[in-house]
Amino acid sequence: MDKILKEITVPASLENLDTVIGMIEEGLEEADCPLKLIMQITVCVEEVFVNVANYAYGGEAGECFLKLEIETTDEVRKATICVTDSGVPFNPLEKEEPDITLSADERQIGGLGIFMVKKTMDEIFYSYEEGKNTLIMEKSW
Amino acid sequence: MEITKTQNGTELVMAINGRLDTNAAPKLIAELDQVLVDGVEKFVLDMEGCDYVASSGLRAILGAQKKMNSLQGTMIVKNVVSDVMEVFEMTGFADILNFE
Repeated sequence: MDKILKEITVPASLENLDTVIGMIEEGLEEADCPLKLIMQITVCVEEVFVNVANYAYGGEAGECFLKLEIETTDEVRKATICVTDSGVPFNPLEKEEPDITLSADERQIGGLGIFMVKKTMDEIFYSYEEGKNTLIMEKSW
Repeated sequence: MEITKTQNGTELVMAINGRLDTNAAPKLIAELDQVLVDGVEKFVLDMEGCDYVASSGLRAILGAQKKMNSLQGTMIVKNVVSDVMEVFEMTGFADILNFE
């Protein structure tokens, strides 16, 4: 079984979004991930990273650790992305889902990002341990 | 992301090229605030050159639709690539936007 592993620790700020997304894209490309899926997965990573950058440290400086692992067998490839921060405990999976059936004027602006993550990924796990939020996302193809 | 604008009387066409991600969305919102004003009856958003939309980009597009509604004008989104259309469908945006 082949394995791709990439990881990075960056200051949790939007300036580092391109670096983070670049690493994820590079790993997925190495694993011959279809372009459409690369876009879908990177959108999810962006949503999670942006949440950490905007909210985890309440305006203070802090770090975000990201890890991408891709396991390849003859039948399937599975990408596992792990995003960790040491900010305030926050489980994004508990966030109320937006009502996507409302008209434009009724639609609220929040909650769309994590909703897209839930729709796209096969599995998502959240944990808070030893002062760290960890969100793990899995997608197979 | 690059933005180009063309105004023909009361019709405004805006084309976006590149990724509509969290860092690009504020730029689009600022442009939209500037150009979607009284007198614009039709707003066309050309997305042919855009292959990536994050939720921040969706919020910018939703803001444009709301603004055109309040101006009692129309908004058309055109040339949406299939991967981006899937994002619109997943999030219910396919039902609130008008496509061409």
